[in-house]
Amino acid sequence: MNRSTLKTVSSLGLLAMSTVLLSACGGDNHHGAAMSTVSYDITVTNLSHSQPLSPVGVLLHRDGYTPWSIGAPASAGLEVLAEGGDNSRFIADDAAEIEMTASGTGLVMPGASETISIETEVNEGDEASLSLSLATMLVNTNDAFSGVSALSLSSLNLGDETMRSLATYDAGTEANNELLGTIPGPADGGEGFNVARDDVNFVARHPGIVGQDEGYADSVLSSAHKFDSPVLRLTVKRTQ
Amino acid sequence: MLSLNNDVETIDQTYKGKVMKTITSLGVLPLALLSSMAFSQSIDVTITNLTQGMHFTPLMVSAHSDNMHVFEAGQVASTGLKTMAEGGDISVLLADSEAGAVNVENPADGLLAPSASAMVTDMDTGTNNQLSIVAMVLPTNDGFVGLDSWDIPTEAGTYTVYLNAYDAGSEANDEIINGAGALGMAGIPAAPAGNGGTGATGVTTSEDNQSIHIHRGNTGDTDAAGGISDVDSRIHRWLNPVAKVVVTVK
Repeated sequence: MNRSTLKTVSSLGLLAMSTVLLSACGGDNHHGAAMSTVSYDITVTNLSHSQPLSPVGVLLHRDGYTPWSIGAPASAGLEVLAEGGDNSRFIADDAAEIEMTASGTGLVMPGASETISIETEVNEGDEASLSLSLATMLVNTNDAFSGVSALSLSSLNLGDETMRSLATYDAGTEANNELLGTIPGPADGGEGFNVARDDVNFVARHPGIVGQDEGYADSVLSSAHKFDSPVLRLTVKRTQ
Repeated sequence: MLSLNNDVETIDQTYKGKVMKTITSLGVLPLALLSSMAFSQSIDVTITNLTQGMHFTPLMVSAHSDNMHVFEAGQVASTGLKTMAEGGDISVLLADSEAGAVNVENPADGLLAPSASAMVTDMDTGTNNQLSIVAMVLPTNDGFVGLDSWDIPTEAGTYTVYLNAYDAGSEANDEIINGAGALGMAGIPAAPAGNGGTGATGVTTSEDNQSIHIHRGNTGDTDAAGGISDVDSRIHRWLNPVAKVVVTVK
């Protein structure tokens, strides 16, 4: 397979797209191209035994934005969310690719679901470059969170629905010491966000909690707070 | 209609191993061109350690035929597999590979650290249609990350596979870090990050299931100078999957 063949194919695609965009010009919107409204119903279900999930932070964005990745340090917004359950900074990111943000209305309790609707206007033809990111803290942990980073919605047409099982991640910004006063959830009622980073300082899959029932006497957590991956079920439906 | 694949966990965005999205546009090429690629494929393989506290020893990436397995769950481990799982040494597995196998040895050039990626580029698989990957997971007694005989797709594109941690079943999981990596020697060779303990009395002395099975995980403790285990229960545990593999068929 040679590269020039590939290039020819992709530049043909670009040509076709720009023709469409040109012919669509002439509307009175601020981008000079026809706009189209897209909306999604985003439903999350808490699959854990005893880990309330903090209000879900949702980002609808174009390609090129990645709120977190394995091996990279957590952003300040993700750190605040993962340590204390506060999504305000996570969804306040001013990256140019972000089209729209939303927040869940409150905690998503174990077994419970919440549907969050999100809608935006994009240039006609740009629907194919939309991605979804969301994050929520497992509140009875030091800095565990679940969510999805830049899930492409490009093949989700009107009326289509897709389901994903989401893993548990560790923000890597707070050591998993499980000590009294360090966990904001009801198991402790301790501190949430702390600006200090006393862990590995990169995001990875979470190793799980230990808890006092497995011989860690100083832990405020018990076997009830254990979890596995997946911990969250996500359904995305395009409604417009 | 479900327009996105929903039977796997959602893609983990990885920092060091970028997926080449452009390759998927090859899917629009004429079928005649694709069928000519059924023989002698070239693939890229990116392996990411998804854990936050476990290291992988030098990886073995093998393209082989249907006649060979590097390992099989439920079967007793071969000498080569045990040698790899107990001490990280892949030399016996490489030497015992079938004649036509194409093996890539140690693409990470040493240990693959937590969250790090290793990449194999332009691997010519020849006529082999199966891909297997193994490496020992540290610190464990005989835990390893494994991909057993994955069908290499004939259609060009980018494919993601998640790997679990297995137990070779050949050594008791005593969780004592004593430097022992040789075949049949009890103990764990090392905790590469230097965060292991010493002086443990041992979690167990027996291995009830002596076939290859999904690893039950480390027990660990929080006593760095004693206790039952030399591994740290807050750091050296994991939840499956432990690795993400992205294969690009060109």
